[in-house]
Amino acid sequence: MPYIEVNNDFPGIRGLMAFRPEAARPLGALANILLRDTEGLSPAERELIATRVSYLNDCFYCHNSHGEIACVYLDGDRELVDQVRKDPRQAPISGKLKALLNIAGKVQKSGKAVLPEDIAAARAEGATDREIHDTVLIAAAFCLFNRYVDGLGATTPTDLSTYPPRARQIAETGYGNHIFSSPQPH
Amino acid sequence: MAHIDLGNDLPGIRGPMAFRPETAAPLNELAELLLRDNDNTLSRGEREMIGAHVSALNDCFFCHNVHHSLARHYLGDTPLSDKMEALLAIAGKVQQSGKAVTPDDIAAARAQGATDREIHDTVLIAAAFCMYNRYVDGLGTWAPQDRQFYIDRAPMRAAEGYIDFDLYK
Repeated sequence: MPYIEVNNDFPGIRGLMAFRPEAARPLGALANILLRDTEGLSPAERELIATRVSYLNDCFYCHNSHGEIACVYLDGDRELVDQVRKDPRQAPISGKLKALLNIAGKVQKSGKAVLPEDIAAARAEGATDREIHDTVLIAAAFCLFNRYVDGLGATTPTDLSTYPPRARQIAETGYGNHIFSSPQPH
Repeated sequence: MAHIDLGNDLPGIRGPMAFRPETAAPLNELAELLLRDNDNTLSRGEREMIGAHVSALNDCFFCHNVHHSLARHYLGDTPLSDKMEALLAIAGKVQQSGKAVTPDDIAAARAQGATDREIHDTVLIAAAFCMYNRYVDGLGTWAPQDRQFYIDRAPMRAAEGYIDFDLYK
């Protein structure tokens, strides 16, 4: 049960968005650009950054939701998603993505934790300024989304089998008002 | 010097916003709604104070000075209400972690008359500044060090808002 009366049964951030659709609009627009833009980082890489930051923030709803969306893009490779979530340095991913996930982990702690050497390491692996920018903003945005969800005690389904149908819905149609105005997919 | 080549020498969040206008649009739309929209029982000054408080806790010099100057522009020296003190306590918890907010924190705000909508907006403003602050400092943007700079600009930002303004001025 959320801390406030949201007057709906949607889980996680969906319930909060239905309570305050005026705020949901820019939040959905931001998520769409940051997580679905195909220039530079791939949608899978973007969702993996979101999953890692949500895991570091201990936001069960977000790290499972975005982990499942990443999984859709990665042809169901849940083992890879779990490795990135828990220990990206050991995961079989590119050196560039590892360096960007390191930056994302610094941003999760504090903007000031990001050091010039973190940026230099990502550049040495071929990361562009645009990719570094998007990594920092994705990580920062999930420091918002995670706090929004847990700070209002949003309903968090513990049955992990409920996450994949919603992940497919997002992967196919994107973020937007439909996620709290259409019935929950099963 | 920012960590990346932003292609401009604008201070604070305006640098990366000019670098990536596609993301600046929803970031500014969110700020306008949360901090300036008139359909809100928290005043503009009270909402700016929540942003300033969280920015101070996150040690973000640019955001703290911008939003504290705006809060003082609106509020003058008016002391904060007990309800605002309770909402600022919630905002401080959100700054640490969403999970740091407890039912007791919510109950304390309700006891001072805070509505569900006010509690919602407080949590979302605090969470949003945990994003803005990290965006500004995570990219190593520069900030004018003279606090008077921010005090002088507050009336302009208060009048123009966060959407219809020239990033380069």
